[in-house]
Amino acid sequence: MSLIDAVARLGRSAIDLVVGLGKAGLMLWGAIAHRPRLRKGTPLLIKQLYVIGVQSMVIIIVSGLFIGMVLALQGYNILVGFGTEESLGPMVALSLLRELGPVVTALLFAGRAGSALTAELGLMKSTEQLSSLEMMAIDPLRQIVAPRFWAGVISLPLLALMFTAVGIYGGHLVGVEWKGIDSGSFWSILQASVEWRQDIVNCMIKSLLFAIVVTWIALYRGYHVTPNPEGISRATTQTVVQSSLAVLALDFLLTAMMFGQ
Amino acid sequence: MTLTSKTLVEIQNMAFSRGERVIYEDVSLSIPQGKVTAIMGPSGIGKTTLLKLIGGQLTPDSGTVLFDGIDVHKCGRSELFALRKRMSMLFQSGALFTDMNVFDNVAFALREHSGLPEEIIRKIVLMKLEAVGLRGAAQLMPTELSGGMQRRAALARAIALEPEMILYDEPFAGQDPISMGVLVKLIRELSDALNLTSVVVSHDVAEVLGIADYVYVLADKRIIAHGTPEELRLAANPQLKQFIGGEPDGPVPFHYPAQDYKKELLSELD
Repeated sequence: MSLIDAVARLGRSAIDLVVGLGKAGLMLWGAIAHRPRLRKGTPLLIKQLYVIGVQSMVIIIVSGLFIGMVLALQGYNILVGFGTEESLGPMVALSLLRELGPVVTALLFAGRAGSALTAELGLMKSTEQLSSLEMMAIDPLRQIVAPRFWAGVISLPLLALMFTAVGIYGGHLVGVEWKGIDSGSFWSILQASVEWRQDIVNCMIKSLLFAIVVTWIALYRGYHVTPNPEGISRATTQTVVQSSLAVLALDFLLTAMMFGQ
Repeated sequence: MTLTSKTLVEIQNMAFSRGERVIYEDVSLSIPQGKVTAIMGPSGIGKTTLLKLIGGQLTPDSGTVLFDGIDVHKCGRSELFALRKRMSMLFQSGALFTDMNVFDNVAFALREHSGLPEEIIRKIVLMKLEAVGLRGAAQLMPTELSGGMQRRAALARAIALEPEMILYDEPFAGQDPISMGVLVKLIRELSDALNLTSVVVSHDVAEVLGIADYVYVLADKRIIAHGTPEELRLAANPQLKQFIGGEPDGPVPFHYPAQDYKKELLSELD
């Protein structure tokens, strides 16, 4: 392959990227930039909150419990060597609040809800349900995309909080119930070292941004799918891969901004 | 076609292409009000595309599509949506919403657009379902219906808002003889009873010639023939004769273009 071909390919993929970003932006703008319709919009939103949020709870809670437990066990083994096992509480809580809570929840959310959103929209497109909405003079962006977007944005931060809370409880199970750390000092040191602004607000900011990115990618991939089975399966994979990478990259940026100094 | 009937849709010198591929070069046709107009042609000729162009889902490269005198592609979004409330489309797959039962599917557009109280919507939906013979299936989910029933349910949904025109995309494709007969009967009866303008896109020659008032035949990116079914049956155009008679070879060749047969057989592997 000649050099000029390589340059041409690079240029083409850059153009594709910009076109894709433009299409994704237009889609989101079309979905959310309008006056909210409370009477018609609320039932649609509640249904999606159930599908996207509530139905993801099991995987989030179970994962949170195990990750908290593993974190506490590994942490205990290290801390006990220095005789500082009393600090297990803040170690678990801060790891979860600052990093693992938002990031792992977003990754699990991308796999559970994101892929389901892409597949659902892809199926709607390939069975012409989106076209038929348009022909009924109903905007599919407002009817289908908007409630799913808002449901994702609302659900993920709440799921991240649940994940973190359950994780801390898992840490308590291992540290206090199993390894015999004093329950009073576990909780009191934890309380003293977790800060509202630095830890909890930052956790919420992170998971809110992850929610926007993951839901946006999932909806874009589904809405612009090549309408055949192969296209849907490719789009579902792309959703999980791209949103996971986006979450991890964005996490580094945010962490550098929040905790870099 | 009587000359007195008004034209509802007028397509003038329309050209359309997807990327490099030219679909239409110069298509002009008119669809009379209250009649069944069929658009026939071989698979892959872009018949569904034509319906999407009429419905404003696609935009032609040049030429105009007028619906009741209004240029569909010069409309703003709200004007286009106002136009679409006057037309309806029956998709090939039925395109029923899979998360709703048959009743809610039919009621959907009414609830969105009519502003009628639920009690009246219920009555309208039951009447539409009765018309297609599916009142008893109102509570079933689309996945519980056979292909033919899905299309009938979609037809009930398409007539829910009492449109002036219905665009049928391959209504007979993949149907068994009984559902085919039911659909043919429904399309004809709806057209006559409600004075609906029907546009049927299809390649099922026998069914289409049986119900259409006027037929356009598309091939080679343009209209190669048009007329009443009787006129088309008598036409001399060899391409048209091949299509209507379903002959395997003719102007549209049986063989995909290839190099000389004998030469290829006798040639050695490189």
